Amino acid sequence: MFKITDKIITGSEVREAVEAPDAGAIVLFLGTVRNNTDGRAVQHLEYEAYPPMAEKKMAEIAQEISDKWGIHRVAMIHRVGKLEIGEVSVAVAVASPHRKDGFEACQYAMNRLKQIVPIWKREVWTDGDAGWVKPDAVFFET
Amino acid sequence: MKVTVKYFAVCHEMLNRSEEEMQLPEGSTVKTILKQLEEEWPEIAEFYEVMQMSVNWEYATEDTELSEGDEVALIPPVTGGTDV
Repeated sequence: MFKITDKIITGSEVREAVEAPDAGAIVLFLGTVRNNTDGRAVQHLEYEAYPPMAEKKMAEIAQEISDKWGIHRVAMIHRVGKLEIGEVSVAVAVASPHRKDGFEACQYAMNRLKQIVPIWKREVWTDGDAGWVKPDAVFFET
Repeated sequence: MKVTVKYFAVCHEMLNRSEEEMQLPEGSTVKTILKQLEEEWPEIAEFYEVMQMSVNWEYATEDTELSEGDEVALIPPVTGGTDV
């Protein structure tokens, strides 16, 4: 499962997608909306995606994980639209025979997701301003 | 030839549209589109350095040649996931 959705993410979608009898571990990562960015209070977030390309790039990340760790059960889902504090923006599940590879692969999936999957975050701060952020800074204040 | 160009995030906001069709001369590349956009919105050139382009859902370069029916997108720095 590689999916962009505008619905609430619980994590069970990706967990169920990777369940397998030969798995000894399922690593589940949930990214949630934090109430501040470097101390600046966040009111809510808005995510935008390029869905067909995003889903294609997620599938490529799963292929990279398959090549590196021999893990074939990876699922990713990312939400778009307006998200409130505490809501899940992204979920990644990896099922593997042993936990060490699963943890590594899950971390790898998130790192790659932030590099190559076309999804953008707009932060709306409680002071009324808003801006598109890039990994290390506000990219463009609106 | 006719191609579809998609704009996301900051590009979407600044150009005030999310996609459009462009009629381009044969032999056009991604750069042809970038130059055309620069005429409308000169400030966009500042962002070209950090922006990526895609053609048919695959990252491309300025020199990537275009064909009839291609889907091109301007990809600002991506920020999916969370900062943990």
